[in-house]
Amino acid sequence: MIWTRKDLLGLEELNREEIELILGTADSFKEVSSREIKKVPALRGKTVVNLFYEPSTRTRVSFEIAAKRLSADVINIAAETSSVRKGETLLDTGRNIQALKADVVVLRHGFSGAAVMLARKLDISVVNAGDGWHEHPTQALLDIFTLKEKLGRIEGLRVCIVGDIAHSRVARSNIWGLTRLGAKVTVCAPKILIPPGIEQMGVDVGCDIEEALSKADAVNVLRMQFERDARDAFPRGIDYFRKFGITRERLKKTGRDIIVMHPGPLNRGIEIASDVADGGSSVILEQVTNGIAVRMAVLFLVSQAHDKRISAD
Amino acid sequence: MKEKARILDQEAVKRCVTRISHEILEKNKGVKGICIVGIRTRGAHLAGRIADCISGIEKEQVDLGVLDITLYRDDLTSISQQPVVHKTEIGFDITGRNVVLVDDVLYTGRTVRCALDALADLGRPCTIQLAVLVDRGHRELPIRADFVGKNVPTSREETVEVRLTESDGRDEVVLKERGNE
Repeated sequence: MIWTRKDLLGLEELNREEIELILGTADSFKEVSSREIKKVPALRGKTVVNLFYEPSTRTRVSFEIAAKRLSADVINIAAETSSVRKGETLLDTGRNIQALKADVVVLRHGFSGAAVMLARKLDISVVNAGDGWHEHPTQALLDIFTLKEKLGRIEGLRVCIVGDIAHSRVARSNIWGLTRLGAKVTVCAPKILIPPGIEQMGVDVGCDIEEALSKADAVNVLRMQFERDARDAFPRGIDYFRKFGITRERLKKTGRDIIVMHPGPLNRGIEIASDVADGGSSVILEQVTNGIAVRMAVLFLVSQAHDKRISAD
Repeated sequence: MKEKARILDQEAVKRCVTRISHEILEKNKGVKGICIVGIRTRGAHLAGRIADCISGIEKEQVDLGVLDITLYRDDLTSISQQPVVHKTEIGFDITGRNVVLVDDVLYTGRTVRCALDALADLGRPCTIQLAVLVDRGHRELPIRADFVGKNVPTSREETVEVRLTESDGRDEVVLKERGNE
């Protein structure tokens, strides 16, 4: 299997072999972070630009650390403090970054499709770090990587994704990736947060969290993104917790060990109980650690493919 | 590629491994402080055999590791085939140890240079020694082997192919030459 894409834009477009190649490469990279000298020279002399139009700490820091462990140079641009404030378009910003001879742009943007647009217009590599409600491929890859590490396989696993499915790029990327690798996905949320036609993505839909948990090997708890949606129609805070919150009692009721994942940042007491987040079945911090290896693999593969393309011209 | 000659057969490979193991023990005055690190893929197989052989002679286990040098290559961008990154598996601290680095063929010396860089990132060994099954000459860097199975004078038009049971189903080393079948 050879990686030929100069960009990583989403998991929808990847086939099973490509996803497995990223996971396998990430597995090799994981060892680097356990060393005393946490660095390999694979991307020495390359420049990675983190271009973030939305607030993010964990994803940006994770990409930054991943790039640095590969010996790349990293520049961070946060839209609030850049020329975006002066009205520069995304495309112009991208072209300028390319003119500065950067090699990879890691883009986080509020508009679905922003990364796809930029990747088409630029010759340098674009990695999607979350675009609107569309995709967040590296988050899903690190979720899948963690699941595989914990349970040894993805094929045949039953994964429940609970939360705001309608507005979650993490959910979409997870659904594409998990189903492509042969997992069975159930989404669970209040009806208003389940987009119509979601079944066409190959998932089951449930509105009863206890029933959904009873059939799951792992549960991925999405963050309730109150900052994204001003509507009053859906249950907030304590109401949501009562109906859909992941609690120790609910997990206990299943009589099995269910792995609990969360992409962070946590709303304790809203989508997840504190003791579950900190408990033995939670792999939330392992997800964070694995995120570095997965992003190292992605940065390595896209810049390799890009260099190959140049030398082939 | 035409097969020109068989340099080593199964028995000869075995004798080389045995002799190299004895030489390693002789040079290091025993098994104390040494560890064997093989370069993926075939160097790792040979390293396993040398470690087994040394353990057999000294009745003492010797630490064994595997080094993947992909990320340290100086030709990452120019090689035509995309390299697959594998794991480095060295489950012990190499600082202060006598590391015996093992590879199948010593040629330009570039692989060994990468391996030296990779080892330096893992710790500070007391010494690094090099064991190879075949030394075919044509060095491009100031690197030499401490333990050599067989010296084979070659031309640059030829290639040396090492086959080992673990990856290729049988043990042998053959010399091949570019040209018409």
